[in-house]
Amino acid sequence: MLSRTAENLFWMARYIERADATARMISMGARMAMMPARAGGDDEWRSVASATGCGDLLASEDEIDEGAILRSLILDRENPSSILSAIGRARANGRAVRTALTTQMWEALNDTWLKIRDLDEASVERDVPGHLDWIRERCALFQGAAEATHLRNDGYDFYRLGIFVERADLTLRLLDVKYYVLLPETEVVGGGRDHLQWTSLLHATSSQRAYHHVYHGDYSPWRIADFLILNRLSPRSVAFCYDRIAEHLDRLGRGYGERHECHKTASGYVATLENQDMGEIFYTGLHEFLNDSIARNNRLAGEIADAYLF
Amino acid sequence: MFDEMLASADGVRAPYAEIDRWIQKSGLDKLQLRRAEAEMLFRKIGITFAVYGEGGDPERLIPFDLIPRVFSGREWRQLSRGIEQRARALNAFLWDVYHRGEIVKAGIIPADLVYRNEAFLPEMIGIDPPGKIYSHIVGIDIVRTGEDDFMVLEDNCRTPSGVSYVLENREIMMRMFPRLFSGRRVQPVDQYPAQLRSTLEEVAPPACKDDPTVVVMTPGALNSAYYEHSFLADQMGVELVEAQDMFVEDGLVWMRTTQGPRRVDVIYRRIDDDFIDPLAFRPDSVLGVPGIFDAYRSGGVTICSAPGAGVADDKAIYIYVPEMIRFYLGEKPILKNVQTYKCADPSDCKYVLEHLDELVVKEVHGSGGYGMLIGPRSTKAEQEAYAKRVIADPADFIAQPTLDLSACPTLTDDGIAPRHVDLRPFCLVGQKVRLTPGGLTRVALREGSLVVNSSQGGGVKDTWVLADDE
Repeated sequence: MLSRTAENLFWMARYIERADATARMISMGARMAMMPARAGGDDEWRSVASATGCGDLLASEDEIDEGAILRSLILDRENPSSILSAIGRARANGRAVRTALTTQMWEALNDTWLKIRDLDEASVERDVPGHLDWIRERCALFQGAAEATHLRNDGYDFYRLGIFVERADLTLRLLDVKYYVLLPETEVVGGGRDHLQWTSLLHATSSQRAYHHVYHGDYSPWRIADFLILNRLSPRSVAFCYDRIAEHLDRLGRGYGERHECHKTASGYVATLENQDMGEIFYTGLHEFLNDSIARNNRLAGEIADAYLF
Repeated sequence: MFDEMLASADGVRAPYAEIDRWIQKSGLDKLQLRRAEAEMLFRKIGITFAVYGEGGDPERLIPFDLIPRVFSGREWRQLSRGIEQRARALNAFLWDVYHRGEIVKAGIIPADLVYRNEAFLPEMIGIDPPGKIYSHIVGIDIVRTGEDDFMVLEDNCRTPSGVSYVLENREIMMRMFPRLFSGRRVQPVDQYPAQLRSTLEEVAPPACKDDPTVVVMTPGALNSAYYEHSFLADQMGVELVEAQDMFVEDGLVWMRTTQGPRRVDVIYRRIDDDFIDPLAFRPDSVLGVPGIFDAYRSGGVTICSAPGAGVADDKAIYIYVPEMIRFYLGEKPILKNVQTYKCADPSDCKYVLEHLDELVVKEVHGSGGYGMLIGPRSTKAEQEAYAKRVIADPADFIAQPTLDLSACPTLTDDGIAPRHVDLRPFCLVGQKVRLTPGGLTRVALREGSLVVNSSQGGGVKDTWVLADDE
């Protein structure tokens, strides 16, 4: 397939995943803002803003205006990290390669764009949770259409690589802005605030129920980090994303009969994650681990682009 | 005015019998509702064209009128013979003017008109395109003024657009009104993409020894006809490429793919001559591929339509098409031209200036319905201003009588009313000449308007050719 097509599919998938994750993070922020024990003031919105790549927006302000944040993160055309921008870019990428999308995928994407484009701030503010749910539904519809209708060809591999590279990045960045709440020294027995903070991470990845199923309600920073980084059952964990990345790179390698640098990077990282345990990561430094992983993930995205000439 | 539905002495003309029954049965309210529904479908599928610089949403819809336009099988047989004849003559003309120029030597067409024409590309002289074909997709705009009076308004030999609407209009009609088609009398149009692909494969270059790789080349997603480019690539199952996806090496054209470079044999380009190759033509073009014209010249790739094909569809050359048919094919022209006055000719020019109030005057190189004067609809002041332009540069203008275009029933805000229409069939020329029944019917939605261009308030209709006559 054309390299440009592969590139557009990859980025379309990334932007949809980003829109979806941003909606989840805003839900988390809104939920935290409703909690009574809000020591630390507007920290939650700061974390949301920096995890979604909008940290700059808030750097200079002391007082945070929740309405302004919501406006900026959801509908702001000027903010490249807003949900509207992400969906607009996903659609622009999709439109450039319409021939590589199925009709159902295109219609799901196009319809979402046409509707979000016409949303006005007032109606979003009246019902923020409803609109965030709607965005998640639209992203799920698009991804579902892809699963149900896309040929399992190389285009599908590039599409899926986009999803999982982006998801790994978002999970890592979320952990990075919140890593301090997971560090052992902040663990205060019975501290209500910490409990909320930890579970906020699960809310931001919509995995609080899944976490229950795996760890039976035993909340601890160690387990939450494990769930989001190493647990292969958790569909938003870094390990899960890398299993999928390696799988799709392998398919491409077999199909094209050629392996590249990105194959080595991906399988190397899969092995690293397999051989690590959480204690070791905490011991050598969670922050360093996260930073290193974010850098690796970016490098991998560059290597994929190099290997397939986009 | 010839009303295509109602012109019959005993009421409805036979080809429209089914449409008439359908309109009666549905009722106006229901049709109005379904009109909104159709519009939603077009938006959803993304069948749009782009208009920039006017503010508002750049992605516009072409208004779609639900009421189909119908030709009987007999009418179409006559039309199709005329269209195919014209498409063959235009290609013969192009081959001639880029070789020996017999038609000029025979004194039939003035040399200046050909060789000084802006669309004439000296670089093309002596090149032999595969099959001697220059214009592979010929769009011929036809108007009707009476039961048997069809005339050609203009030819489009470069890259005529609109065929995606032919297919999508039909798709939408079949999706919304399946029962209308249950009589199985409407000839299908969905063979067009396969025929286009065959046509393009038939003109593979000499350097191509295997199955030819065909691509559609677009200037990009911002182009006004991008939807059509992607639609055609998709329907043909070929890649939709931009200039940045291709490069030239060893006299061959390659596209960049995830598995390395892949040969390209036939390019159906939807970009203008000027932009194809910055080395051969406009050096500032970023839409082109450096060296691609050399590859073409040496038989490494086929560009469709051939660069320089535009000289055949120039409004000044148009006048001579009936002569071309006689000269190259030795046949009698089946389709008439509209009578045309050349302002370059002093006596014609005098006539035009004296009859500005009844003529349509056009710029020779204009397109899209811009820059013309419609005499009967213009004010004295407009006529005077236009006269000054004609006097300043007579050779730049032609004039035609104001035609009383036929009209078809159309759904308007105030009910069903006749609106003027034209027709653009798309004739494919490869080793064979192929023509999909029907074409694009454009309709002037404003009451009394004769301008059908989408940029000026025109809409489109599904166009039916019936399988047989009753």
